[in-house]
Amino acid sequence: MLSKIKLGKVFSTIITILCYLFLHIPIALIIFYSFSLDEKTLEFPPSGYTLKWFSVAFQREDIWNALRLSLKVAFISTLIALILGTFSALAIYRHDFFGKEVISFLVILPIALPGIVTGISMGSAINLLEIPFSTYTIVIAHSTFCIVTVYNNALARLRRNSYSLVEASLDLGANPFQTFIYVVLPNISTALLAGAMLSFALSFDEVIVTTFTAGQQQTIPIWMLSEFTRPRQRPVTNVVAVFVILATTLPILFAYYLTREESEQSNR
Amino acid sequence: MWKLYYNKKLTIFLLLLPLLIWLGLVYLGSLFTLLLNSFYRVDDFSGVIVREISLSTFKDLFGQRTNLDIIFRTVAMASSVTITCILIAFPIALFMYNNKNQFLKPILYLGIMLPLWSSYLVKVYAWKLILAKQGIINFFVELTGTQVFLDSLLSIPVIGGTSLSFSYMGIYLVFVYMWLPYMILPIYASLQRIPLNLILASEDLGATPSITFRKIIIPLVVPGIVAGSIFTFSLTLGDYIVPTIIGNSSYFIGMAVYTHQGTAGNIPLAAAFSIVPIIIMLIYLMLAKRIGAFDAI
Repeated sequence: MLSKIKLGKVFSTIITILCYLFLHIPIALIIFYSFSLDEKTLEFPPSGYTLKWFSVAFQREDIWNALRLSLKVAFISTLIALILGTFSALAIYRHDFFGKEVISFLVILPIALPGIVTGISMGSAINLLEIPFSTYTIVIAHSTFCIVTVYNNALARLRRNSYSLVEASLDLGANPFQTFIYVVLPNISTALLAGAMLSFALSFDEVIVTTFTAGQQQTIPIWMLSEFTRPRQRPVTNVVAVFVILATTLPILFAYYLTREESEQSNR
Repeated sequence: MWKLYYNKKLTIFLLLLPLLIWLGLVYLGSLFTLLLNSFYRVDDFSGVIVREISLSTFKDLFGQRTNLDIIFRTVAMASSVTITCILIAFPIALFMYNNKNQFLKPILYLGIMLPLWSSYLVKVYAWKLILAKQGIINFFVELTGTQVFLDSLLSIPVIGGTSLSFSYMGIYLVFVYMWLPYMILPIYASLQRIPLNLILASEDLGATPSITFRKIIIPLVVPGIVAGSIFTFSLTLGDYIVPTIIGNSSYFIGMAVYTHQGTAGNIPLAAAFSIVPIIIMLIYLMLAKRIGAFDAI
């Protein structure tokens, strides 16, 4: 019996280590390749190492333009997601009403349906209404699937906080608006920030929906995709990939730091 | 004056109004446009879209062998990727749950979070580099002299191919890699939600660890598995980038939608094609809801 349990433990440890290697080696490999000297091939191991591709990428105007658009889209989409997500979380928590389930279904739907469905449907709606493609067509599409991150974080924090704080504030004569600003908001602000970070990372990285709603514009992921199919300078793509890894990883680490109490609490 | 604010129904309505406009009108409106498009058809001679309601596009979709093959291929891929992800994710989630080391805990958690959130395209790109002819896999295959093993793997009919990056096996491998974290996290979350009392009670009542595992833990983890499979299934159903960059140029639903709306200009057929994953996912979501998987997302 005991040996069986021990064997199981060894087995699950080995599987876990292998799985973590499987998940992380490909990402580490990209960082490794960005220092490669080779320009044309994907050869492993590379024939030498250099830092020059970082400066080459730094001077490319098309990358900067794509980066500017990506940041702008991610920023505005996150702002919209923050407002819509917070409001709806406030409405949902503690109130039972008809259609509550429908709301949570509606919020989840844009990420539960395949990206190409969201993409092609918003794209065809934009075509039908003859709206010209712009930053805002991308923003409209992105904010639909960004809402869920803010909504989930806000809801989790609201449920964790005691409602008696709100009641006390109302009893002591604060109006609901003051209660929201001085009591509710400070309590949920870090959760909102965490949700915003996730939403930013989600938008910054999105490619499928963007393909259908961007027209001729290039965000960083669209730029990368076009480099995959028609490579010009592979090492430059590697450098941009490293940058994208950083741009999505840092917000996630920050979001984790902000909500670590929630994850620790759920860890018992 | 504040009486207005205390009106509960009005407050809820006002708080939800922006969301309802955004998702209810813009998002569902767009989905409806898509649905409408699928009932239009393309005139065979002129290639112009005829805006009349008919089922002829769906007849094209389900009447042609190639289209049915695409649907079958995609669903088969999504199912096998989902099952594989469940099998790998479960022991890992269990390991994370059983881990009592406070130092290791955040590392284990972030070790799943970071690959989940890090760039989709970068991950696909990494696999392109790994599976390439001069890539890392072939380097190690040559180093260890296991070419025979790889060749025999690739010579398996249907799932094999000329090389790893031109076979179903390659696509499958990349999909499993891409969506595995989406399965681990919900299973881990549902494990954490199991009250310790239940496990202790089961032990007190004389159940062996393996009975407790089968009769208590497994049923309570099912919502997490279903929640994870919503992601793995849906993401595989709609993906067109992985099969384009890695695959052997046989079509999946996502690629069919992309090609029909783009170069072929057959928007009604593209729309009809994309109705297929919508219907599959809606059935799936409804089943998931019944099991209570939404709380596990």
